[in-house]
Amino acid sequence: MAAIAADFSAPVLPKWIAPVLLLAFAYGVVPLIGSSYLFEAILLPFLALGLAGVGLNILTGYAGQVSLGSAAFMAAGAFAAYNFNLRVEGLPLIGSIVLAGIVAASIGIVFGLPSLRLKGFYLAVSTLAAQFFVQWALTKFSWFSNNSASGVIDAPRLSIGGFALDGAVGRYLFALTIVSILTFLAYRLVSSQTGRNFIAIRDNETAARIIGIPVLKTKLLAFAISSFIIGVAGVIWAFAYLRTVEPDGFDLDRSFQILFIIIIGGLASIGGAFFGAALIVVFPLALSRLGGFLLGDVFDSGVLDMSQRIVLGALIILFLILEPDGLVALWDRVRRRLLFAWQST
Amino acid sequence: MIADFDYQFFIEVLVGGLLSGVMYSLVAIGFVLIYKTSGVLNFAQGAMLLFAALTFVSLVERGVPFALALVATFAIMVVISIAIERTVLRPLTNKPPITLFMATLGLSYIIEGAAQLIWGTQVHGLDLGIEDVPLEIGGVLISQFDIFAAVVAAGMVVVLSLFFRYTRIGLAFRAVADDQFAALAVGLRLPLIWATVWAAAGLVALVAGLLWGARLGVQFSLSLVVLKALPVLVLGGFDSILGAIAGGLLIGASEKLAEVYIGDYFGGGIESWFAYVVALVFLLIRPSGLFGQKLVERV
Repeated sequence: MAAIAADFSAPVLPKWIAPVLLLAFAYGVVPLIGSSYLFEAILLPFLALGLAGVGLNILTGYAGQVSLGSAAFMAAGAFAAYNFNLRVEGLPLIGSIVLAGIVAASIGIVFGLPSLRLKGFYLAVSTLAAQFFVQWALTKFSWFSNNSASGVIDAPRLSIGGFALDGAVGRYLFALTIVSILTFLAYRLVSSQTGRNFIAIRDNETAARIIGIPVLKTKLLAFAISSFIIGVAGVIWAFAYLRTVEPDGFDLDRSFQILFIIIIGGLASIGGAFFGAALIVVFPLALSRLGGFLLGDVFDSGVLDMSQRIVLGALIILFLILEPDGLVALWDRVRRRLLFAWQST
Repeated sequence: MIADFDYQFFIEVLVGGLLSGVMYSLVAIGFVLIYKTSGVLNFAQGAMLLFAALTFVSLVERGVPFALALVATFAIMVVISIAIERTVLRPLTNKPPITLFMATLGLSYIIEGAAQLIWGTQVHGLDLGIEDVPLEIGGVLISQFDIFAAVVAAGMVVVLSLFFRYTRIGLAFRAVADDQFAALAVGLRLPLIWATVWAAAGLVALVAGLLWGARLGVQFSLSLVVLKALPVLVLGGFDSILGAIAGGLLIGASEKLAEVYIGDYFGGGIESWFAYVVALVFLLIRPSGLFGQKLVERV
């Protein structure tokens, strides 16, 4: 078996080398050379959205249940972590983050219940209920935002074991650590029996049932795990990136953004979520630079906003037509070509 | 408590709800047309609605006569439909429906962006010449505008039903809806049919856009009326025009009644999600909706 799998790509390096090198670079080199702009505007949103993409990919890419409510679970995670941190004396930050993930997971299970009866577009639309309900509840009940008048609240300072992580680099390392751990666990999950159960349900639910997969339980499990990860991504988004917690940032557009990340990056691929997130984060910045450079003053923020929408929409359609498997497939092909060229010299 | 119940007020709320439900149905019909013939949930319907209304208003504001602006806007919608068929639908033929759905998400971003890039982002008022004054019918106050909208919606349903039933192209639509491969095998031209369906959906978007635009003002938030139409579709079934009407009425009525009678217990503002809850509860009992065909197995 191994021989068959190996002889197409003929990898010369073991599989774990690339991620380990990448992590070594991210921990060892990036904090030394990065500017604060790099951390604040690119790496922190990239890590948060990439993790959210991993979460949604488990549900949509692997288990085949389309969700349009991801931002709701991010919001649930962010607000839950804020409230645990505020109201439970002496709870360490990691504790409130884990509890926030569990809160998001239980909300995910509740809104995943329709998946037991509904499929396809009917399910996709019903996940919008989560989006609107959670956003409404967080705006409506000021208890969630500690009765703050504006609904916008400052996130608590990040610290682990009395060690403050205030600066951009500290928050980056904090986010990087959580994202790496959860991504590793997600990777293990999708290559386990549970992950294969998800794929079986996605590909053919009836067949999955026949071979003895508990379909209902597995679907809810997919919702729970996915919401847990997306909830923690919400905590990173609010605590490490924005440093404020507000419901407005978690609107329907954010949900679509996460969906776009996994389409562009590649469905059913853990690495794909990060490719997609990188593009989604860097692309508006690049477009505004480019627009300002080419058109000068004509390119005001309104025009920028609209042209971003148009280019993003076109990009999605282009990806669906030209590269349905996403950036990760593109990267695989490029890498294979390079390897091949290198071997034949 | 029961003796105090104000029946007249109840009926007023109910009728108001039913009529606003008709407005939801108007949007939903555009979805149904495309879903019926291509199995795609066209998320760009709201963007098309915004684009049509914005184009019409901008033309009228530049001194184009009402009727001419209407025709010109429709012509533009037809051109857009053909362009969509060429550039988006044709390369994605035979792809799973969920891929097409995501393509329409991208499409909605493009159309929204283009509409506002071309015509600007300011709010336009739209006057259709119908006064929004309440009429008293049998002791119940009903908005004149709502009645007009209901008549337009009813007219549109009749025309669409006749069209589907008695014209050759309508028959072709039904054939494609039944079985795309069989339709291709007997020589129906799928690209032409899709372009026509999208143009018809564009016409529905224009009508709905004008009515909603007259109500809310023509602005970006107009494209958000899709979010009101989606629970209607879930309830009525994605493939039934009749279902879209019935679902709209049911959602409209229950939403208004809930807002008036139980909204206070939730602190108000429940209309953003209540329709979805109604649709979900209903679907737990009847998974294929009111009039939907067989359960959609998977995407």
